[in-house]
Amino acid sequence: MTVRRARGILPGFGLSLGTSVLYLTLLVLVPLAGVALRGATARWEDIWHASTSARALASFRLSFFASVAAGAGNAVAGLLIAWVLVRYRFAGRSVLDALVDVPFALPTAVAGLALTAVYSADGWLGRWLAPLGIEVAYTPIGVWLAMTFVGLPFVVRTVQPVLAGIDAHLEEAAAVLGAGRLQAFGRVIFPTVLPAVLTGFTLAVARALGEYGSIVFISGNLPLRTEIAPLLIVARLEQYDYAGATALALVLLLASFALLFATNVLQRWSVRRLGPSPG
Amino acid sequence: MPFGESILIAPQIRQPGVTEPAPVRWLLVSAAAVLLGLFVAVPLGAVFATALRAGLGRYLEAILHPDARSAIGLTLLTAAIVVPVNALFGIAAAWAIANFRFRGKRLLITLIDLPFSVSPVIAGLALVLVFGRQGWLGDWLDARQVRIVFAVPGVVLATAFVTVPYVAREVLAVLEAQGSDEEAAALTLGASAWQILARVTLPKIRWGLLYGIALCNARAMGEFGAVSVVSGHVRGETITLPLHAQILYDQYDAVGAFAVASLLALLALFTLVTKKYVERRSRPV
Repeated sequence: MTVRRARGILPGFGLSLGTSVLYLTLLVLVPLAGVALRGATARWEDIWHASTSARALASFRLSFFASVAAGAGNAVAGLLIAWVLVRYRFAGRSVLDALVDVPFALPTAVAGLALTAVYSADGWLGRWLAPLGIEVAYTPIGVWLAMTFVGLPFVVRTVQPVLAGIDAHLEEAAAVLGAGRLQAFGRVIFPTVLPAVLTGFTLAVARALGEYGSIVFISGNLPLRTEIAPLLIVARLEQYDYAGATALALVLLLASFALLFATNVLQRWSVRRLGPSPG
Repeated sequence: MPFGESILIAPQIRQPGVTEPAPVRWLLVSAAAVLLGLFVAVPLGAVFATALRAGLGRYLEAILHPDARSAIGLTLLTAAIVVPVNALFGIAAAWAIANFRFRGKRLLITLIDLPFSVSPVIAGLALVLVFGRQGWLGDWLDARQVRIVFAVPGVVLATAFVTVPYVAREVLAVLEAQGSDEEAAALTLGASAWQILARVTLPKIRWGLLYGIALCNARAMGEFGAVSVVSGHVRGETITLPLHAQILYDQYDAVGAFAVASLLALLALFTLVTKKYVERRSRPV
């Protein structure tokens, strides 16, 4: 890297960048490179075999479908909650806003215990769902529920600033031109917040895909039925099957990087469309 | 990013015709309230209700048990190491990114966010593959009788890995929003680098820094997946609070598990109170 004087006038460039890069390299990059190297030095058949066994395929299927479904649930619920928080003034608004942050602040294991207690067949809410034939705990629905819980803040927090930044004149113009509220929402508001909704969606899916702590309690961890991919990695590790664990981890990492890339593209799209976000 | 820009925005009061009729507003607010109530508030309440189900005596017994106390000790120790280190890293990284132009800046930001995108289980696996007995450094560490995986250093490293982004993200958001004019002014007045940091930048970022530290601390004390993989579950040695809750739960001691979990839930509530406080203090006048 060539040093140019035009990078900034303040002191401390070398020290701050140097320590940051060194720290990240040692703590994050080297271990992750360890996973990649382990995969690169393993035999291709072994990786293929470990990641396409019936149990592995079932866990990937559950992880991918449940996390996309959780992201979709978050998109709908998140848009609603963001809308209410940005547009209306009502008693308890600040409490609702704080509740949105609970899944960020609450340790995942606690979330898992709490959801299991509430939604198991004899729990506060589970006992009302059981007569309807809806079993949540120890079923794929429980997996989806836990994933939706941990992903809840993402859509709300990405949509909120964009929604708040919509110029009131645009909606006034729509009203003057004869649009009803539904039409204004469909033609003016929704297209504007769509990139933010999609960004929140991919963030929530990425989080759900890697989530472990809250799911192990509520899913029951039955192989082929409610076992998610991160859990199968742990199971392989407990059997000291490092090659098998690495193979599964590589598939999951690849999916995470794809989602990270998608998030970046979406954010750039939304910035290009709206200018820098006003938040 | 959802962490930096979550400051509660004042609602916009709109003219009739550009807002919804009252019944629709009422319906939407109720829907959001019911959703958050059933989905977030009720489970949170259930933690405390279950913990206290068998009375206060049983609750205290569970959290004062020697195993619980050793778990609390390890959790506090881990946070005491990880949070200051990640706070220093966060300030350094945010300083470099906000104040200078350099090649690879986007890459650096992506790298800081990486632990958010990687499954905690994979973070743990990565540490096992590098530092474990069969890992890349396994023989070298073994020869020096240094244990990292299935020991306290592994717990600390795993926690540090998953909490890397919090402070950096929060501080960067503040620095980028406020620009560096004041720092430049201090520089022209002859301030040294450390003087600028201590007298100008730290006061400027203090609320963002505080919130970042609160988030980092909550995650450090509550991390489960990554720690679970590297801990080895050595009783009285490598069991953190979340792991202890799981062990009790697996032994069908629900009250004990929820008593331990309630400590972590209190931590979460404390984090949210910190956030509300920070919001109030940093609201533009």
